[in-house]
Amino acid sequence: MLSEGSSFVKGIALGGTFCLLLSLLGSFAPGMQSSPEDHHHHHIKAPTKDELQSLSDSQMVELSQRVRVYCVIMVQPSVLVYWSTAKDTWGKHCDQAVFYSSESAKALEAVDLNEQDEWAKLRKALKHAYDNAGDLRWFFVARPTTFAIIENLKYLILAKDPNEPFYIGHAMKSGELEYVEYQSGIVLSYEALKRLVNVFKDEEKCPERGRALWKLSEEKQLAICLKYTGVFAENGEDTQGKGLFNSKSVGSLIQDSMNKNNLDVVEGCCSDLAITFSGMSPNQMQVMMFGVYRLRPYGHNFHDSLIFLPPEGSDND
Amino acid sequence: MKALGSRFAFLIGFLVGTCTLYVFLRQVWFERTFSTRSQPDGLEKTAAQLRELEEDSKNWKKERSALFNLNHPHHKGEDSHMADELYKKVRILCWVMTGPNNLQKKARHVKNTWSRHCNVVVFMSSVDDPDFPTVGLGTKEGRDQLYWKTIRAFHYALENHGDEADWFLKADDDTYVVVDNLRWVLANHTPEEPIYFGRRFKPYTKQGYMSGGAGYVLSKEALKRFVDGFKTKVCTHTTHVEDLAMGQCMEKVGVVAGDARDTVLRETFHPFVPEQHLTSKFPKSFWYWSYCYYPISEGPNCCSDLSVSFHYVDASLMYLLEYYAYHLRAFGYRYRYQPPAPLGYKNEAWDRSEGGHSYSKEQPAIQRGPLARVESPSRTDRKQEVMPPAAAEKDQPAAAQDDKQ
Repeated sequence: MLSEGSSFVKGIALGGTFCLLLSLLGSFAPGMQSSPEDHHHHHIKAPTKDELQSLSDSQMVELSQRVRVYCVIMVQPSVLVYWSTAKDTWGKHCDQAVFYSSESAKALEAVDLNEQDEWAKLRKALKHAYDNAGDLRWFFVARPTTFAIIENLKYLILAKDPNEPFYIGHAMKSGELEYVEYQSGIVLSYEALKRLVNVFKDEEKCPERGRALWKLSEEKQLAICLKYTGVFAENGEDTQGKGLFNSKSVGSLIQDSMNKNNLDVVEGCCSDLAITFSGMSPNQMQVMMFGVYRLRPYGHNFHDSLIFLPPEGSDND
Repeated sequence: MKALGSRFAFLIGFLVGTCTLYVFLRQVWFERTFSTRSQPDGLEKTAAQLRELEEDSKNWKKERSALFNLNHPHHKGEDSHMADELYKKVRILCWVMTGPNNLQKKARHVKNTWSRHCNVVVFMSSVDDPDFPTVGLGTKEGRDQLYWKTIRAFHYALENHGDEADWFLKADDDTYVVVDNLRWVLANHTPEEPIYFGRRFKPYTKQGYMSGGAGYVLSKEALKRFVDGFKTKVCTHTTHVEDLAMGQCMEKVGVVAGDARDTVLRETFHPFVPEQHLTSKFPKSFWYWSYCYYPISEGPNCCSDLSVSFHYVDASLMYLLEYYAYHLRAFGYRYRYQPPAPLGYKNEAWDRSEGGHSYSKEQPAIQRGPLARVESPSRTDRKQEVMPPAAAEKDQPAAAQDDKQ
């Protein structure tokens, strides 16, 4: 009896110490999820006005040629209304917008990936995009439930060389892994995509069907594969350090700012040059088109160093 | 038997120990992250209130229950010389119809957003409130008091602020107004004209009347005639339906119901929220179809790029509209609609944005306008000299702008 009792007590003591050690080591933190407020060691800031002014004419011309975006929009027939909304709204501002679907839909045109697994879909879509990029050097991956302002994306990456590896968006941390959140859009430079397509061939480093005991989300799988090729996630920010990629809708971000009792609700909300918002209804996206590309107060002008013309044959922008 | 028993006990003990500590740690971690975020609520609120008062005193001069604008909002890096010129020349007094129960729910958000762009703001209520501040009109509250409040509010405005503004806007506490765009509409007129603008409705009157919720604005002459009309009993309190009664009085005293549409005939004052105008298909039986004076457009053509107002705007939409109008933009985007500068104002050469590097998907070759390179206004004073002779032609379209007949 006594020996059992003492074994029990020893057991408790050892169990407790074991748990403490694990949590202190950090890789197992009870109750803590990947916290988005973590200091991002990799971040990309938009260029300042001065930086752009210092560029010569010919440099500007070259940059504007280079900053063209191929949009990879991952759709499926169950979100038909979002699909058509993306096509009718922000998709028009991509230099090329290609829709990749899990299965073909008669109503709308898309590349049929014939695939249900999220990670496999993403791999196929990215490979297709790489093979069909033409002379486009930047890739933006999103679902149609995300709304993107492509001009602001171009502004962020304007001075970045696509022959360097870039993997940008809203950077999150899960344990040791830093990855870009899918929900708020993923940006890849040509070089990053090239390396990715290469590592796809390596079943060890980047398996097509996840081998792990638990299935990792496709955004994390992407980050792991890219990490093997030496490409790391970077957080996209404006010149003041505000995040440009949002996984929430503009309405809920405004509501959050109101709840925080901010003095200036709008200042405390979102960047003026925000790139993405997510979770908005199709109608709200049409309102955002109006708000971004049309509604403005007369008499206020920003003499931006680069001019983007409106797309042809469109009336909501 | 005994050895097995004690090993078993050890295992149980191990599990118990792990679980207990896990739960314990979870609590501790949880509390730690939580405590860094939540402060005692009460303290937070008073601190926030103090900051708000401080901010307020920088932006407004509170005098005689009105707020005089000291510091209308400017953006970093923007060229607002045109907006500033209009601010000086087209002075607007905004009065907001509200009530004591709506000060914190609605009027406060008006105060925090669009009213900051007016020259003078007065919040009209049934009750005096020196802190907000609101003017007490000596009426009761309720729908049947609306015209009484309107009559008294306009009288108050002329009497107390007649010299401080040229135009007098009435808005509800759930109306959002883009005041800079209102100045653009009004700049082609003078305050001596007997005219008023808003969203024009057609029934019950000869020349139509302006929707109350979408807001309407009277010239100084129109306001004087309104007040005189009551003195001479030409106008009386005919009905509590404020906007219709207003329209009937305006007609009697010879004030013209103006056309506030932009140069491509799109409406600027709106009786509903943007989502409804842009995306709803109103059923044909809806009153709206028979009320609108001008033909209704559904879809994107419903609303001018230089829209002036929206109605039924709740608190969060107020901030969202402020964000859309004054903050969120697409870098470098050359707007499709290029509004002409109002008559008599220096032609907004920069508006044309033909300089700089044009980028278009369809034409990979870079379009170079007549200008080689747009210099930032802060870098050089030679703004106007940079314009080549071709620019002189641009002056004509603005002067020839007569399509608002």
